[in-house]
Amino acid sequence: MSSDTVISARDISKAYTIAHQDHHHTTAREALLHRLRHPFEGPRSEEFWALSNVNFDIQRGDVVGILGRNGAGKSTLLKILSRITTPTTGTVRLKGRVGSLLEVGTGFHPELTGRENIYMNGAILGMTRKEIQRQFDEIVAFAGSQVEGHLDTPVKRYSSGMYVRLAFGVAANLESEILIIDEVLAVGDGEFQKKCLGKMHNVAESGRTVLFVSHNMGAVNALCNRGLFLERGTVKRVGVVSEIIEEYMATSDSQEGIRYWNDDINAPGDDRVILRSLQVNNINGNVISTVGSGEPFDIRISYEIRQPMPHFRMAFFLMCSDGSTAFFTSDAQIKEWQNKTREPGIYESICHIPANLLNEGKYGIMIKADIPMVVNIIWDQDSSVTFNVERTNFNGEPIERVAGAVCPVLPWEIIFNKKK
Amino acid sequence: MLSAVRVHMSIATRLQDTSEIIIQPRSKLSFLDFAELWRYRDLLIVLAQRDVKLRYRQTALGVIWVVFQPLLAALIFTILFNQIAKMPTEVPYFPFAFAGFMAYNSFTSTLTKASNSMVQNTQMVSKIFFPRVILPLSVIYGTLVDLAVSSIIFFGLMIFFHLPLTLSLITAPLWLLLIQILAVGFGLITSAIMVQYRDIQYALPVLIQFGTYATPVGYSLTHAMNQLPSQWSPFFILNPLSGLLDSFRWSLMGTHVYNWGLCISSALGAIVIFIIGLAYFHRMETRFADVI
Repeated sequence: MSSDTVISARDISKAYTIAHQDHHHTTAREALLHRLRHPFEGPRSEEFWALSNVNFDIQRGDVVGILGRNGAGKSTLLKILSRITTPTTGTVRLKGRVGSLLEVGTGFHPELTGRENIYMNGAILGMTRKEIQRQFDEIVAFAGSQVEGHLDTPVKRYSSGMYVRLAFGVAANLESEILIIDEVLAVGDGEFQKKCLGKMHNVAESGRTVLFVSHNMGAVNALCNRGLFLERGTVKRVGVVSEIIEEYMATSDSQEGIRYWNDDINAPGDDRVILRSLQVNNINGNVISTVGSGEPFDIRISYEIRQPMPHFRMAFFLMCSDGSTAFFTSDAQIKEWQNKTREPGIYESICHIPANLLNEGKYGIMIKADIPMVVNIIWDQDSSVTFNVERTNFNGEPIERVAGAVCPVLPWEIIFNKKK
Repeated sequence: MLSAVRVHMSIATRLQDTSEIIIQPRSKLSFLDFAELWRYRDLLIVLAQRDVKLRYRQTALGVIWVVFQPLLAALIFTILFNQIAKMPTEVPYFPFAFAGFMAYNSFTSTLTKASNSMVQNTQMVSKIFFPRVILPLSVIYGTLVDLAVSSIIFFGLMIFFHLPLTLSLITAPLWLLLIQILAVGFGLITSAIMVQYRDIQYALPVLIQFGTYATPVGYSLTHAMNQLPSQWSPFFILNPLSGLLDSFRWSLMGTHVYNWGLCISSALGAIVIFIIGLAYFHRMETRFADVI
């Protein structure tokens, strides 16, 4: 291990035992009864390797973006690095303390005041009382003036925004040499996100190491200098971040035009909201994988809401092929749905994309279902659908190709003065 | 500018002397990492204080409950055993039963809270690394605060019933400490089991209820041993609480001790169960985040 290597992983593997449905006992009573009824039966469980033979080295000061689809082993890897779980085989050597922001606000208690929660949360994250005292002002400053004025109020009276700011304030000021961040930047308003990104920059500049997991390729590209691409539990590639993103986007297993999910196991979502289908339709309602730049079209998202969801919104990112975001839009733009609780049932959110907006190219739709600034429910590449835009007019006839991300038809005016 | 440089340097020097952490499958022979436990001592303190703060802040009943529960229980036992059954005791029955409940409740309260500690903090266990053993250990502090409150009541009772102060009183904290060690020892085992099998939490109150009568809380061990046929005696001897309760009551009121050998072996038993509890917990710990 060279002196500048801060994380060195050698042959990391992690197996989870999956008990079969009829063997999964959650009570001692069930387990005992089962044993009594089938006294000679051996254990019948399957092993699932979430990670197998993972090797990599990370140097001091690197900001590493970890990319991979759901089930690729990202969260297992992070859990091992942050020591929440142990690997089945292999060794990781870490130089210095690891701070993880896998879940901000863990250990926060609603009855305790903001001040008490800072000490509580700091201690849970491994800070000593002295360290917290030293960082206290910075934590409060980071959380913002609104929190500062309510330090001695129980956090149950905080708004969700204040709650998150305070929680992130503690976590971001953790004095750790290695910082693991997972999707936390997803919460909060733009101003606060900027603050978080700035903090990450500072952390990296002061010579500490950051591991960053996000589905936001733009943020990964902007913040990271290295990338680690995981696929089905193995390291596909480690290298310069732009190359890794390119490869990740290229191997995207998204489908053209339409995707639908019949079963709950593979469908993105959870017991609150679950996706049913995502499709690109032309104005006749047919599924299409290629659309002319001169045609309007619809993006149609079907989903099921399983418990009443206040302030819920369905949204998507329209992604360009280089991983950047063309735009983000949500159905919360509809006034009458904005503050309405969505009752359980089947919903369809349809976004009408006008003609002459997108220029030619390959685009991807990435779903984001969330309660803004509170919780993300769906947000991943696995829910994505791609489609192509060709340079054609409304009738599908080819027209002149132009440069640019968008090709809008804008109101022009020509003023002509005949030479006297 | 200068201060910025200094900050930068202080971080750099700090980075140099940080030790290396090695993550690998845990060897079967490993035991508790005491150095790590020491690094997390502040967490132990904060968690312990949290529980006490919450209980005493949320409800005014918090304190009243601590005072009245053993008083009420001792009152019921006085009516049952003293007034109806006319059971003889060397000292006034009410403070006798109160002392019994003080010790027994401190045992059950720590046992119950320690057992639930993993399941109640699922989010922490599955999201963050820290020595898990801190959770069950931290509950002792809450029990100690309760004990402090009830010992004030007990001194009131001593004055009221004209009980003499004896030198043996100074050993009382030792017996209470051993009872706590025993309770946490069991609690470590049950909390680890409860991560996988939640129904232990329903079995526990039944056992505690049963234990109120099976343990010499409302009667003296000597009395029970003299009255019951000898085939019952292993039942009391194997219960490490009997000996500890007997000696605790001796320390407070100078009551007769059935057998000092039993008291010492109970004390050793408590320590052994505590060590077994730590070892078992440590062994199961690696699976917690995967199973919980």
